[in-house]
Amino acid sequence: MKLLTHNMLTSHVKGVINGYPLLIKATEVKVNEVEFNPQFVSRMIPKLEWSALIQAAEGLGHLQDLPGTPIENYENDAEFLRKVHRVLLEVEVIEGSLQCPESGREFPISKGVPNMLLNEDES
Amino acid sequence: MALHCGKTCRQYLLHLAHDNVDFRLPEIKALLSLRGRQCEPSETFREKSPFWRLHGLSEEDVRSVMSRTVCAKSVFELWGHGRTATELKSSLMEYPRESMATFLQDQSTYKINVYTFNKTLLFNDRIKKIDALDYLPFQGKVNLKDPDHIFCLFEDYGLDPNDIPEEPLYLYFGRWISDGQRELIRSHSVKKRHFIGNTSMDAGLSFIMANHAKVKPLDLVYDPFVGTGSLLVACSHFGAYVCGTDIDYNTIHGVGKASRKNQKWRGPDENIRANLRQYGTEFSYVDVMVSDASKPVWRRAELFDAIITDPPYGIRESTRRTGSHKEVTSPPDDFSGESHVPVSMAYHLSDIFADLLNFAANHLAIGGRLVYWLPVYRPEYCEEMVPLHPCLTLISNCEQTLSSHTSRRLITMEKIKQPEVTDALAQLADPRFSPYQGHNSFREKYFSGITKKNEKGNDKPATKEGEGS
Repeated sequence: MKLLTHNMLTSHVKGVINGYPLLIKATEVKVNEVEFNPQFVSRMIPKLEWSALIQAAEGLGHLQDLPGTPIENYENDAEFLRKVHRVLLEVEVIEGSLQCPESGREFPISKGVPNMLLNEDES
Repeated sequence: MALHCGKTCRQYLLHLAHDNVDFRLPEIKALLSLRGRQCEPSETFREKSPFWRLHGLSEEDVRSVMSRTVCAKSVFELWGHGRTATELKSSLMEYPRESMATFLQDQSTYKINVYTFNKTLLFNDRIKKIDALDYLPFQGKVNLKDPDHIFCLFEDYGLDPNDIPEEPLYLYFGRWISDGQRELIRSHSVKKRHFIGNTSMDAGLSFIMANHAKVKPLDLVYDPFVGTGSLLVACSHFGAYVCGTDIDYNTIHGVGKASRKNQKWRGPDENIRANLRQYGTEFSYVDVMVSDASKPVWRRAELFDAIITDPPYGIRESTRRTGSHKEVTSPPDDFSGESHVPVSMAYHLSDIFADLLNFAANHLAIGGRLVYWLPVYRPEYCEEMVPLHPCLTLISNCEQTLSSHTSRRLITMEKIKQPEVTDALAQLADPRFSPYQGHNSFREKYFSGITKKNEKGNDKPATKEGEGS
């Protein structure tokens, strides 16, 4: 699971009001190199919940000293975009889980794939 | 036949492949609208004809269409056309000589092809047709292998193979500009794809869907019933970043029974990412997840530029979602009263479409498109059965016939406004969904026309079948 995906996911456990962001509990994290496309990263930044991204990256030890808010004119700052690129698309949680911040329910991640299905005893 | 007004009203001749006929016009329209252009066919335009004359476009416009289309074979700069050889000649004589000259000079090489539709000509007859064009001032040398310029004489003998006229109904002559992307149908064939399932979408239709969805480079595209990711392969080929979900754990993880003949189990690394790697687009892989399309796992925002999907409709793969029959039958249609159980239950078609349209209304960017297949029982079909949503406008609706009594329709919708609270509710009450209401209603109709000996095979509820992937 990439952090771009994590940024878009929310808990859907019944009755939960604040299910965002999901807490990442990683046991295996990998960095896979991905072709850098500054336009794509620039395009994604306004769609992101920036603080959730920072929190997630920090938790995984891959913050890349990114600031608490996106810098101004980030479109033209290749170095900044490259860091965001790394965090969004290259850092991957291979094993671990995503935890609902309110109910504590965990969604397992195995072989890089989150399983968001809910079970009987959690609803 | 005024062809002599220079660049501004230059005409192009689109030569289309004669399959997926219903899908061609929406594809070309979508690709032109990516360039901010309208499709302006000639006054004699017939959608079913393999030849379309288009006005008001630049060469860049048509080249850009050809860089994407799998419906059109080639595009030509039209020099002349007419109902008879004489009409063609007078039309060609009107085409400005100075526009021709660059391509007919004596240092250049050329060849002329003769293409006939609905009739096969003998070689000698073809040569005669070419010789008859001697009124054109060709100065260059003929080179059949590697010419600088290619010209083509088209003869249209109509659409009826049982009534082929002696003389062509219409003739065109033009200079070849560029070919479409028909080659993708072969290069991306599921036969040679690493990871496939029982219901993988064929390559040609996948590319058509991506084109109808106006998928473009840097888009983020989502498939909620991703299966083996055929649609993501097509979208990533056009430069989009892709993600998908499926309720089937085995498919997403690429484990379990193989879909190929002579192969019992799936091999290692059979997954969507490996498919993208096979075609050199792994960079565009975002993620796939095991998830239930009926559950709100995505945060509510305009996350996606396109949603493109082939929902299961219970024929070759089961329709499932998490939940159980018991709990849901007591409070029907009550979203919040639903409870989840690990077993999966039937996912009614009406709910699939209601959820899909609501999801698209909430998660598409404005102007983003939803493209999906709607199964249709043909004797009962009417346009009113196509689900609508106040935030989505219907762009196109193309039929692919599956059998004498069933077909599926490729529905393309575009998001035109942000949803309000009332929009979602109005949708659920929509009577349009009634044809799809009730467990397996479409499935029952689908099989009603088939008189098979093994009746018991059809009686099995779709939910229990393990064939889906």
